[in-house]
Amino acid sequence: MAIITPLKTAAEQQLAEQFANVKAELPGAGPVRKLREEAFAGFEAKGLPHRRLESWRYTDLRSLVREAMPLARRSERPQAVADRLAIQTIPGPRLVSIDGIFSPADSDLDTLPEGVTVRSLAEALTEAPEAMAAALELPEVARDDSALMLNAAFARDGMVIEIAPGVELARPILLLGINSGAKETAQYSRVLVTVGAGAKATVVEQCESVGPAPNQVNSALSFVVGDKAEVEHVRLVTRQRPETVLVQSLLAEVGAHASFASVALATCCGVLRQQSFVRYAGEHSRAALRGINLLRKQEHSDVTLVMDHAAAHGESRELFKNIIEGEATGVFQGKVIVRPHSQKTDGGMKSNALLLNDGATMFNKPELEIFADDVVCGHGATVAQMDGEQLFYLMARGLPRPQAEALVLAAFAGEVTEFVSDETVREIFMREIDRWLSQREAAPKLETV
Amino acid sequence: MLEIRNLVVKIADEDKQILNGLNLTVNAGEVAAIMGPNGSGKSTLSYVIAGKEDYEVLDGEILLNGENLLEMEADARAAAGIFLAFQYPLEIPGVATMTFLKAAMNAQRKARGEAELLTPDFIKQVNSAADGLGIARDMLRRPLNVGFSGGEKKRMEILQMALLAPSMCILDETDSGLDIDALRIVADGVNALRAKNRGFLVITHYQRLLDHIVPDTVHVMSNGRIVRTGGKELALELEKSGYASYGEAA
Repeated sequence: MAIITPLKTAAEQQLAEQFANVKAELPGAGPVRKLREEAFAGFEAKGLPHRRLESWRYTDLRSLVREAMPLARRSERPQAVADRLAIQTIPGPRLVSIDGIFSPADSDLDTLPEGVTVRSLAEALTEAPEAMAAALELPEVARDDSALMLNAAFARDGMVIEIAPGVELARPILLLGINSGAKETAQYSRVLVTVGAGAKATVVEQCESVGPAPNQVNSALSFVVGDKAEVEHVRLVTRQRPETVLVQSLLAEVGAHASFASVALATCCGVLRQQSFVRYAGEHSRAALRGINLLRKQEHSDVTLVMDHAAAHGESRELFKNIIEGEATGVFQGKVIVRPHSQKTDGGMKSNALLLNDGATMFNKPELEIFADDVVCGHGATVAQMDGEQLFYLMARGLPRPQAEALVLAAFAGEVTEFVSDETVREIFMREIDRWLSQREAAPKLETV
Repeated sequence: MLEIRNLVVKIADEDKQILNGLNLTVNAGEVAAIMGPNGSGKSTLSYVIAGKEDYEVLDGEILLNGENLLEMEADARAAAGIFLAFQYPLEIPGVATMTFLKAAMNAQRKARGEAELLTPDFIKQVNSAADGLGIARDMLRRPLNVGFSGGEKKRMEILQMALLAPSMCILDETDSGLDIDALRIVADGVNALRAKNRGFLVITHYQRLLDHIVPDTVHVMSNGRIVRTGGKELALELEKSGYASYGEAA
């Protein structure tokens, strides 16, 4: 039998060279080193994700990543990073990463609430390789994803955040990730958040680029949500370079009677893949993933998610809204899996897209894999133009077309915004939406009363 | 005030012609009613006057105080003084009613070259108009028309009419979906706005609404034309005899 050796692309060959050169200096010995090598071997067998893989069908990294950019290292800080750090928009402790590397000096480690500890991932990998290797294990449904394999192989830094059982945080924890954009780099980072039983926390993940150079970013954020804990995750991806390729993985393991809710907003996102893997580890748990993508020019946003109902009485809700103009592309792939014993699962998934002109594209692919017989699961996916009836109604009241359109679009996106509980963060969402709308042709600002 | 001459209209993407050479005049201070069976073109007429895009005007003209409305977009027609109270007001989730009202009032003022309203003056005006129509304050904070009952939506239309102070009001089947109490409130709201410089075109199937908003003239519409015009007694006659004699089936 012939042995088939897959042909490697230039980028894949560069990645192999990079890994060979860097693996000895990456933090974490013993089991962590082993995990990195296994992950990279897994990656080598599969290569960069490409369109013949069902889960990457609409985002062909093999053709989008022509060359592997050099790995990011801690480097001199450009003025733009300092300028960005001077702006504090969200109250609450801020944990800063620059080019995927945790920066304790810029983070509010002294003012962390009681019951919250933060370490750098590099430090944790070095100090406790056994425990960390176990913590970095991927859930079953994410195990064959080669983007996550790359992340596991290369992750140089990130954070390990622990929130003690019963702690209720009054203010969100902000994970501010700044791409310096000083030069082209590839950034691999991993943040682990463990939320103890009965704790309540909001984690806001903000991802911005401040420099002219595009980047290749592969980041993973994982949550372990303890029993009866309540976690809200908010993600803002804004101000990216058009050529930037961003792969953000979100992993959540949700305990019994716990809840995990995520809301994301992406504008000016370059090429963005947001992939989420949620596993129901205990009964009576709830998880919700929601998001808004505002896309124009050649931007590309791929939202791919897997809700793995591995326990009974789970509830899942997904709601994604795409507004697409120019030649931009939106992708929604949502899969809800209900395992054989996961009776009384209640799932509802919705993806709605508005295409504002002929060149805009949306791919919707909802999937249900149900192996239990006593469940309620539904999904709906729509692609439409702006509602002409609503527009006419508003114009018949005297609103000029651009203002009427802005109102209709803000209303469309607003259905997701309302799920952001923190008022300051919600206002940032609305400001970003307004900003995007105001960049449409001749769109005036709407004054709220 | 409003003059419609030989209006011929079809649906934009179809061959279906709806209005077939319609002539109609509504004078300042006049309340004109249009009655007619389903499918006679009543709602189309109201949409075409207000500037909805789904129609193609093949012939004729619509003048408001001598200005040709057909050359204007819907927002310009509104600023010129046209107001259409919708049969089915649209829900706009995510937009607070107050925000919408202020945006609409200021957009019209801006189009007419007037200064924008100051917030305290705006709130005073809204509250006073809302009180007159029995509209609770919390309704004004809710998203426009979302979750409103049929009666609430219609009252909201009349509130908008009162605030925007148009010169030509068109009411499209305003009585549909209203119980008798809501009908009375809406009719009182309309009657309060009757003025010698303002015209009304009241479109309805039934005589019932015209007991409350008493018209000066009644037009009967059939097959996309006005086929008969009379005084308010014509409405009573139609109520008895039906539309059958006008050669129209629904």
